[in-house]
Amino acid sequence: MAINKLTVSMSPHDYGKDSVKKIMYGVVIAMVPALLVSIYYFGLDAIRVNLIAIASCVFFEWLIQKLFLKGKLSVVDGSAIVTGMLLAFNVPSNLPWWIIVIGALVAVGIGKMTFGGLGNNPFNPALVGRVFLLISFPVQMTSWPVVKVLNFAMTDAQTGATPLAIVKEGIKNGQSFSSIMDTMPHFYSDAFMGHIGGSLGEISAIALIIGGLYMLFRKIITWHIPVSILGTVAIFAAIMHGVNPAKFADPAFHLLTGGMLLGAIFMATDMVTSPMSKKGMIIYGVSIGIITFLIRTWGAYPEGMSFAILIMNAFVPLINRGFKPGRFGEKIKK
Amino acid sequence: MLKTFPKGGVHPKENKFSAGKPIEKIELPKQVSIPVSQHIGAPSEPVVAKGDTVKAGQLIAKSTGFVSANIHSSVSGKVLKIDKVLDTSGYKQTCIIIDVEGDEWMESIDRSAEIKNNIDISAEEIKNKVAACGIVGLGGATFPTHVKMSVPPGKTCNHLVINAVECEPYLTADHQIMMERAEEIMIGCKLIQKAIGAGKVLIGIENNKPDAIRHMSETAKKFDNIEVHALKVQYPQGGEKQLIKAVLNREVPSGGLPIDVGCVVQNVGTAYAVYEAVQKNKPLFERVVTVTGKSVKKPSNILARIGTPINMLIEAAGGLPEDTGKIVNGGPMMGKAVSTDTVPVTKGTSGVLIFPQDSATRPENFNCIRCGRCASACPMGLEPYLLKNMTVVKMYEELQAQHALDCMECGSCAFTCPAGIPLLDYIRLGKANLNKILRAKKS
Repeated sequence: MAINKLTVSMSPHDYGKDSVKKIMYGVVIAMVPALLVSIYYFGLDAIRVNLIAIASCVFFEWLIQKLFLKGKLSVVDGSAIVTGMLLAFNVPSNLPWWIIVIGALVAVGIGKMTFGGLGNNPFNPALVGRVFLLISFPVQMTSWPVVKVLNFAMTDAQTGATPLAIVKEGIKNGQSFSSIMDTMPHFYSDAFMGHIGGSLGEISAIALIIGGLYMLFRKIITWHIPVSILGTVAIFAAIMHGVNPAKFADPAFHLLTGGMLLGAIFMATDMVTSPMSKKGMIIYGVSIGIITFLIRTWGAYPEGMSFAILIMNAFVPLINRGFKPGRFGEKIKK
Repeated sequence: MLKTFPKGGVHPKENKFSAGKPIEKIELPKQVSIPVSQHIGAPSEPVVAKGDTVKAGQLIAKSTGFVSANIHSSVSGKVLKIDKVLDTSGYKQTCIIIDVEGDEWMESIDRSAEIKNNIDISAEEIKNKVAACGIVGLGGATFPTHVKMSVPPGKTCNHLVINAVECEPYLTADHQIMMERAEEIMIGCKLIQKAIGAGKVLIGIENNKPDAIRHMSETAKKFDNIEVHALKVQYPQGGEKQLIKAVLNREVPSGGLPIDVGCVVQNVGTAYAVYEAVQKNKPLFERVVTVTGKSVKKPSNILARIGTPINMLIEAAGGLPEDTGKIVNGGPMMGKAVSTDTVPVTKGTSGVLIFPQDSATRPENFNCIRCGRCASACPMGLEPYLLKNMTVVKMYEELQAQHALDCMECGSCAFTCPAGIPLLDYIRLGKANLNKILRAKKS
């Protein structure tokens, strides 16, 4: 036995089995149900958008690393795939390919690599990309194709508005919430399964919830952020709906529509851009819930999830500073 | 619901391969190297010289202060020399090297198998005997036991908490002592209890040792005021503060000691050593060592004399495996990797752990992804990622405000980090530099 081959290092000598790679691919697996639903309702377009988004995110990360950052190649960690998929989930399925590529460049280039790559970005990269596109290409980003089950024709499909936009527009024109809902029969069950208009990955509540449960099971996320966001929105919606049912949508409507579940489960829980301590996570979640509700109800946009998450991302360093985990032995009990 | 400590903690794979293996004696080595510094505190002063003949149990190095411990010869034979030898610390330390001749013990040591359970000795005498016999904490920290037994004036101790959780994966030495020497341990507990004036003895055992819990509870019935508490398996439950929280739900204040909440914590192996010292006049010169590892042929619990080179123990456990990549003195979470297999067994050697090549090195490291798992895993409620960053930018004084000195280096943060960042290395560096600054400020 060659004794000079012994490794000498400081403790601990045993390591947990989880790694960055496993976490990232875990998130990818969690997004598969929503991906399948999007293929079911949007056909080949869903695959097209996802492939373009993932390929360009991976390509830009590789390129920027190669040209500017140097160092160890980080593309293999899978985070670019997650960013690509999340970006694809956040855009309409009929988005032209070049807009997706621009979104990917902004997401990875500005959102992530300018700060030094994975772990250093203050804002959720996919959301940076999405919001950039929403502001730059408002028409393309808000013309949602009408869902058609298993439509693989890839023809120019009809477009329509999302339920959130329909309701917002209707209430503005003086219609009552219940009369607007009468025009959309079976709305709740449709929204639960995903038979509604919207961005590619946000339509099906059930698929997103399955993904969320999987991530909880794998301990990739904790319950704190999703529950505090959804709970806050539900409570505020219930209060406002209770006060004036004609002017304000009910809690179930808020939870099932738009990017609510996608945001609460997949975007706000992004480890890099969310607080560290459990207390901080709850403050962060509640704030996202409040901001989303404010934008949805009184803001100019029908949807506020992306903005709310980005705004709260900016507060994360402050939250981390202000809400420390409880120290052992700080409160002395005798 | 089983009791445990509420904050942080991890659950590494237990891998207790040597569980249930009876404690075995191995043949005496030809030569032993006994370091003069095997404990926390001042190194001892050799009282023998080259050429002296010694017996097993004879004092060979004298304690040099209150926080220090006597050291006794573990064999009979002739002192070859006093020299610097590479030991588990990785440095060359002063050792007394003895050539073994026969196995003659001091006459004062009672070598009979009979259990002496009458306690007819005063608290002061117990302490003196423990100090004379060089007993130190056998869990691995090796803090001199007589110091812990001296309750500072103005403080009262109402509970003696016995650490029998053996939360380190792989190790089974304490488990096996409990199975084979339960009654002696109870008497040892009663002795410590008397010395510190505690009302109750509470023994905490993790639930992965149901046989030990049963056996110890049965034995405890013969004594008053000894309770056995079954605890949920969670690392690092063997930390003093965590154990007290788990058993008694008392929280030792930050920067404080167990005595601040009326407790003294002793390891179960130490209780056995105290029994042997007080009732049998036997100084601490041998201990149970778990020799184990994934590719070790015959994982064992071995009663080894202090100073035996660890390769003899490894030989007794089936020899050094072909694929050995790392040898650790102690458990996988807090043990020390050694640089050769000839280092001697010391009072703190609770295990000799052999890692195969493929798990000897650290995981590849990535950028921190700010997942916060280190902070959730920290049993002291610290933020290891923050302490690491502060160390990197040399904000040493800030570390104090972030309670860095509360860190007990359990390694839960580095264990749990998915990015493979050696968090504990940075924290150790930061703590060491902070302590330097604090010392400089004082003087």
